[in-house]
Amino acid sequence: MNAHALTALKLTGIAFGAMSLGLLFMGLGRIVSARIQRRIGPPFYQSFIDVIKCFTKTSITHNFVMDLGIIMALGGLIATAFFVPFANFSVLGSSSVVIVLYLMSIGYLGMAMGVSASGNPNATIGISRALALMLGYKIPFVMVIMAMILTYNSSDLLTYALAQNHGFGSWHIFKYPLGFIAVEIAFQAMVGEKPYDHMIAPAEIASGPMVELSGKYLGIGFLLHAVQLYVETGLIVNLFLGGAQTWYIMMVKMFAVYFTTMCINAVMARYRIEQGIRHLWIWAGSFALLQLVYTRIWG
Amino acid sequence: MEHDNIYLTNLRDEKQNMWTGLANYFRKRSMWMLYYCTGCGAIELPPTMTSRYDMERLGMGPMATPRQADLLLITGYLSVKTLKRVIWSYEQMQEPKYVVGFGSCPINGGIYWDAYPVINHLEAFMPVDMSIAGCMPRPQAIIDAFEKLMDEIQQGKAVGYKRYRKHYDWYKRNQDLVLNRQSAVLTPYVDPFASMPTAAELMAQESEDSHV
Ligand code: SF4
Repeated sequence: MNAHALTALKLTGIAFGAMSLGLLFMGLGRIVSARIQRRIGPPFYQSFIDVIKCFTKTSITHNFVMDLGIIMALGGLIATAFFVPFANFSVLGSSSVVIVLYLMSIGYLGMAMGVSASGNPNATIGISRALALMLGYKIPFVMVIMAMILTYNSSDLLTYALAQNHGFGSWHIFKYPLGFIAVEIAFQAMVGEKPYDHMIAPAEIASGPMVELSGKYLGIGFLLHAVQLYVETGLIVNLFLGGAQTWYIMMVKMFAVYFTTMCINAVMARYRIEQGIRHLWIWAGSFALLQLVYTRIWG
Repeated sequence: MEHDNIYLTNLRDEKQNMWTGLANYFRKRSMWMLYYCTGCGAIELPPTMTSRYDMERLGMGPMATPRQADLLLITGYLSVKTLKRVIWSYEQMQEPKYVVGFGSCPINGGIYWDAYPVINHLEAFMPVDMSIAGCMPRPQAIIDAFEKLMDEIQQGKAVGYKRYRKHYDWYKRNQDLVLNRQSAVLTPYVDPFASMPTAAELMAQESEDSHV
């Protein structure tokens, strides 16, 4: 087997692995919320059942742009997943955080294009909220990343992960505590959990971008969320939690990040959109700025 | 009004092969519901969903729009005006889709049987896969009914959506009968569907023409 075929095989593996891991997390996350609400909750493989069921249903498309946008979103996010190192392993040899942030936006923009093409006003409102919120969390996030780039003179995620390999004390969560808080707040908004679930808001805008997605489209929507979880939790583990040497440690750390998110999600209510952005800018933004200034002067 | 020969050919047995059997397993384990809170019945849903009876154990959960849902819950009496919206919602749902009628009102009108703005027999307007008797059915009864529905889905018996497609003209005629009613209903209300066969007669009919 030549090298290209092997790489292609590995990439396919990563794509399916990311989807399965994300779906597993979604199922476990539902159990976590259920336990917090004193319920039993669904079995942990519920999200797999949901997705397979979605693919057995009929579905409606509104036009070609909708099909294209949704596939573009999935493609964009899977491409992002290739660049996130999993347990100090990166197939493509490069894992620049700038590429990750850039490709991630392609995923979101594809989603925006696809669902806006469906013509449903709720979808458009959801998308405009998502883009407004993106402005809220991307700025603190990028400021923290800039602090790291200043320290290491590199934007490579693998470099960051390897730099934290010298035991517990070398984790960035201790080196950049303020940055970690800022990113943790931003992360809540990134995955769209409460208090930043403006985009979905089922009781308000009928699940926003998902409103017109039926059957197979909804299945792809779920897969999108799964890959998104993989990418974003992986990003945080590599940035702050010391990366991982083995795949199971990586999975445990990724789940720990998602677990925190789900716990916050279970006990919070939703902000209004302008409150949400203000909160992100004031709190996440000022923590990130302090971190940046601190790193610039004393780092 | 004249309604001779009102009867429903029931299409109960889907020809199951291995794939539909497998697909049905996933369909029954992940029913997303759209609840149309028309009547008193909606109040029994929160306890069914929350910690006491927790229907998420069965993989069921609420969904925001008809496009995403598999299961339409008609939770109580249905006025003629609402009926129109319910039909729109039902037709927007993607197949396979199931309908559950809550309480006696969708079955036979319940205590509103003689009220002119309320329809009496839901199954004359849309295919009902499961009806839960009671005024109002308690959460135990609701969970019971969902479990029964899951069995029926697995066996390929809950195929109301196919019935709707096959007998659309019949359903459409019944819908038009009440939706396009022009004259005021002043005289004591006569239920136009009173001559419909009872459930028992339907079942008898059905065993004759099963395996359609
Ligand atoms: S069956 Fe009883 S509880 Fe249900 S809608 Fe009718 S009157 Fe209300």
